[in-house]
Amino acid sequence: MTNIITIFQKEFKSYFSSPVAYIFIISFLVVTSWLFIRTFFIADQSSMRSFFSILPWIFLFLAPAITMRSWAEEKKLGTIEILMTLPIKDWEIVIGKFLSGFFFLILTVCLTFPLAITIYIIGSPDMGPIWGGYLGAFLLGGAYLAIGLFASSITENQIVSFIVAIIICFAFLIIGEDFVIFSAPAFLVPILSYLGLGAHFQSIGRGVIDSRDILYYLSIIVFFLFLNHIAIEQKK
Amino acid sequence: MIKVENISKSYGPTKAVNNISFRVRKGDVLGFLGPNGAGKSTTMRMLTCYLSPDEGTAKIDGFDIHQDSIEIRKKIGYLPENNPLYLDMGVIEYLKFIAKIRQIPKSSLKTKVDRAIEICGLGSYSHKDIGELSKGYRQRLGLAQALIHDPEILILDEPTIGLDPHQIIEIRHLIKSIGGEKTIIISSHILPEISATCDRVLIIAKGQIVGSGTPQELASISGGGLTINTGIRGPRENVINALNQLEGAVNIKNLGEENGVNRFKLTADKNKDLGEKIFFMVSKNGWSLTELHREEINLEDVFLDLTTKEVS
Repeated sequence: MTNIITIFQKEFKSYFSSPVAYIFIISFLVVTSWLFIRTFFIADQSSMRSFFSILPWIFLFLAPAITMRSWAEEKKLGTIEILMTLPIKDWEIVIGKFLSGFFFLILTVCLTFPLAITIYIIGSPDMGPIWGGYLGAFLLGGAYLAIGLFASSITENQIVSFIVAIIICFAFLIIGEDFVIFSAPAFLVPILSYLGLGAHFQSIGRGVIDSRDILYYLSIIVFFLFLNHIAIEQKK
Repeated sequence: MIKVENISKSYGPTKAVNNISFRVRKGDVLGFLGPNGAGKSTTMRMLTCYLSPDEGTAKIDGFDIHQDSIEIRKKIGYLPENNPLYLDMGVIEYLKFIAKIRQIPKSSLKTKVDRAIEICGLGSYSHKDIGELSKGYRQRLGLAQALIHDPEILILDEPTIGLDPHQIIEIRHLIKSIGGEKTIIISSHILPEISATCDRVLIIAKGQIVGSGTPQELASISGGGLTINTGIRGPRENVINALNQLEGAVNIKNLGEENGVNRFKLTADKNKDLGEKIFFMVSKNGWSLTELHREEINLEDVFLDLTTKEVS
């Protein structure tokens, strides 16, 4: 456990060792706030639905950008050799890296709280969907991050890692969309709609917290972290 | 202390390490010598549990590299090839990170970090970022990282590569001073490096051990006898004749003539004092001797000899 914390601290700190993290957070906040406020007064609804509905698409680029460095850079610099000859288990490194990305994402998303407060003050929103939306955003982000970490572990090129992560995330996001569901053969429909990342996000976003949705995200996270672990072990 | 038994490792179709076995006693300083790509780093990577061998095994202090990898990693301090470092971290921050994972308790963390910084002479640079350090200081930091937990075994992969001669001597002193009763394995493709620091040398080529022994033993394999260089001023033909008649001189090589001085390289039969004979021969003929010296043990020849031979 202490090893995981040590790795977590090191990784988390490394996000802030360059201005990239700040640029990143600021652009995220600007883009999401702009997209939100643009329609907020027109729709005249005190809800954050429009905000949460664009999050999966913004995360699609945000999460891979967070994780693209994490293994690829270690491999490129060769520091992975230091890391993996220290008395620490491989899965502890994987978890530590995941958690640092996850906290970075949570931090970034939490910085949107002024939006929630604004809505709370000027309207009387139903807080359920807002809490649910945040919870869903964390889980969805976690799933994207796990995918991104895996993509980073199979290459030493950050750009490749970034693009592979976007492709996998995108695939998981759209397979549950109506567009795909309608054109898929009937027997695949339940599987696809279950596997789609977006549908679970919407159902949590309605404020209904269903353990199946949470279980779904946790299994995606565990599955890709497991793949990540295999990818590292493979190198031996 | 270290017992390696028939380990092999392939990268695709190429066998990087082919059935290597050796032992290292506690306190020994062992040198891996071999051309680039001979399998030195791969062997070290297997000992440090970064790679696992395809075949064979190694035991370190009774622990098996397959089963007890974490225990082994605790005992080893490792400086990988090219000394990879997190360039965006600070020197102290980096050492603290390593120390924490090395399970050094919080109470002694600072003393250990300070000690490593002091031993490796990083004092005035300890507050810099690693990216700002020069190559020599990065190398010191790499060593500090390997030493921080006071390991029983040190594995250093080309610790002096890319340094200038002055820095090489410094790092060599550093390694010697921390040596003590530690078991050390150093790899290098530079000969003086190994003969200066190691008790025992393994020469590796194409994934196999082609020679082993102390630097002296290895040198005696090469020619058998000792080599003498000499320069004699005198009529060329006569000098050559006289040398050819000299008892005990075999394999006379004429190195050419320069300003009337003929230079030769001779190999002497064992236990014959050829130097003295040359001197008397020259004085008897009324020539003059401009140079007469015994060549130091020459590992270079052994090395070239052993590593270029076809491995059967």
